[in-house]
Amino acid sequence: MFALVNLSYLTAAVLFILGIKGMTKPKTAVRGNQIAAIGMLIAVIAALLHHQIVGFTTIIAGMVIGGSIGAWLARKTAMTSMPELVASLNGIGGGASLAVAASTWLTALGLQTTDAAQASTAWTLAIVVSIAIGAVTLTGSVVAVLKLKGNVGDSRRARLWQAVALLSLAGVITCGVLFFNQSQAPQLVLLVLVAFCLLLGIGLVQPIGGADMPVVVALLNAYSGLAGASTGFVLENQGLIITGSLVGASGLILTAVMCKAMNRSLPNVLFGGAFGQSSGAESSTNDDEFYDGKVKYATPDDLALLLDGARNVVMVPGYGLAVAQAQHAVKELANQLESRGAKVNYAIHPVAGRMPGHMNVLLAEAEIPYDQLKDMDSINPELPQADVAIVLGANDVVNPAAAEEPSSPIYGMPILDVHKARTVVVVKRSLSPGFAGIPNSLFIRDNSLMVKGDAKDVLQSTTSAIKEI
Amino acid sequence: MEMLVLSFTIFILALFVGVELINKVPPTLHTPLMSGTNAISGIVIVGAIVSAGTNHLSPTIASILGFIAVTLASINIVAGFMVTDRMLNMFKRKG
Repeated sequence: MFALVNLSYLTAAVLFILGIKGMTKPKTAVRGNQIAAIGMLIAVIAALLHHQIVGFTTIIAGMVIGGSIGAWLARKTAMTSMPELVASLNGIGGGASLAVAASTWLTALGLQTTDAAQASTAWTLAIVVSIAIGAVTLTGSVVAVLKLKGNVGDSRRARLWQAVALLSLAGVITCGVLFFNQSQAPQLVLLVLVAFCLLLGIGLVQPIGGADMPVVVALLNAYSGLAGASTGFVLENQGLIITGSLVGASGLILTAVMCKAMNRSLPNVLFGGAFGQSSGAESSTNDDEFYDGKVKYATPDDLALLLDGARNVVMVPGYGLAVAQAQHAVKELANQLESRGAKVNYAIHPVAGRMPGHMNVLLAEAEIPYDQLKDMDSINPELPQADVAIVLGANDVVNPAAAEEPSSPIYGMPILDVHKARTVVVVKRSLSPGFAGIPNSLFIRDNSLMVKGDAKDVLQSTTSAIKEI
Repeated sequence: MEMLVLSFTIFILALFVGVELINKVPPTLHTPLMSGTNAISGIVIVGAIVSAGTNHLSPTIASILGFIAVTLASINIVAGFMVTDRMLNMFKRKG
């Protein structure tokens, strides 16, 4: 029976691998996701056959409650809030790993097998690691979600939070050592250990700026996988280890992709504090001078006239598109332009939006064919040929200072070269700076026009203006 | 100790498989990939099930934690797979 259960876990792990393999192409991705779901079903059935299980009430209750909450979340969440959902799920996964590790350890303690082979140093280490990663993922994700929602702003006291992180790290290490010696009150030590780990998660994420949340969400995704893998070490379950490390690898790769797209190292993101923190206060006062009289404003009607003669149009979506829920409006305008024989493409910067691939999902929701969604490397050589580039709520990822001004804090960050298009139209609610907190020299270029307003309203007015031409 | 070395071997090899595999996922699908891996990381439910089902006579802290873990992992599994399916169907429609 034991062998059969373990073989089922292996089968599940193989199905997960095949499922992710399906995700390498949009055409096979739905099938891949279903294959992975079948793998999960097999694993759950196998777990239910475990010989130690004597009562099913709590299990079924948990599944029903969790399943209903999950189904509700999956149906209700708008595509624009996908970063918040993924960040929450990271935290929930971490919390589950934390609970499993703590529960397994308490059970072993209750059975008084703590001095038997099971309580080897390695096993205890696995417990501590599992609890630590799980707890850090849990509270780190809570902070990330609050930052994504805008409930928690960027801390001006990053140093303080970094001190909190250091102190709780010291606490975690101390408790970890006590945990190994577990002479007296082991439950108390466990409790304090969990508390310090939870605090560590907050201390680690709180000082990181909102701009860097794509990196943090990807990294917490990796943590949730590694938490699962460490639970696998605790339970000596290889299927869990394989699966956890797959998720861990996925999160680590996405983290690396995000960091590369911002031209920053991971330590810089994690410990550098909020982006542009030192210059934040002064730059906001200098913004008016920077833009004064140099920005050319246009109306949606002007934009319509401009687009009327355009053959090659590139849309550049950013987080502003998500905020304005303008994905359908952009599709409408694109339809109108295409019916006039223009070519429309979408230039997507890797860190546009708040998570990897955020813009792609929004545009897919509006039924924009994915072959029109171009990544940075493939669209940049085409941008000089573009008649009009429309920047929709993106800012830092199109700031030419990153390419041209070595003194700029974002110098070296790869950008979309929209300034090379014949005309750039920036649709933006205000001249306020992006996450980096610096003015954008794109807005005062000779070939750029600014249409002030909500992306959705501007696009809709432009579409109706074009229809009238 | 032998078990640990074996487990560690599997862990490292699986990391390599993961890196090779996920490098091939196009940026377009990165969001569904993340929600999909969220669902897959719900695999800790197998540990949670055992924790929740072991003590049936009187609820202990361990079994309560097990129940919490089953609930949390179920949220991840159901929400993860369903929302990924929802997103991927949008990509499927055109193209």
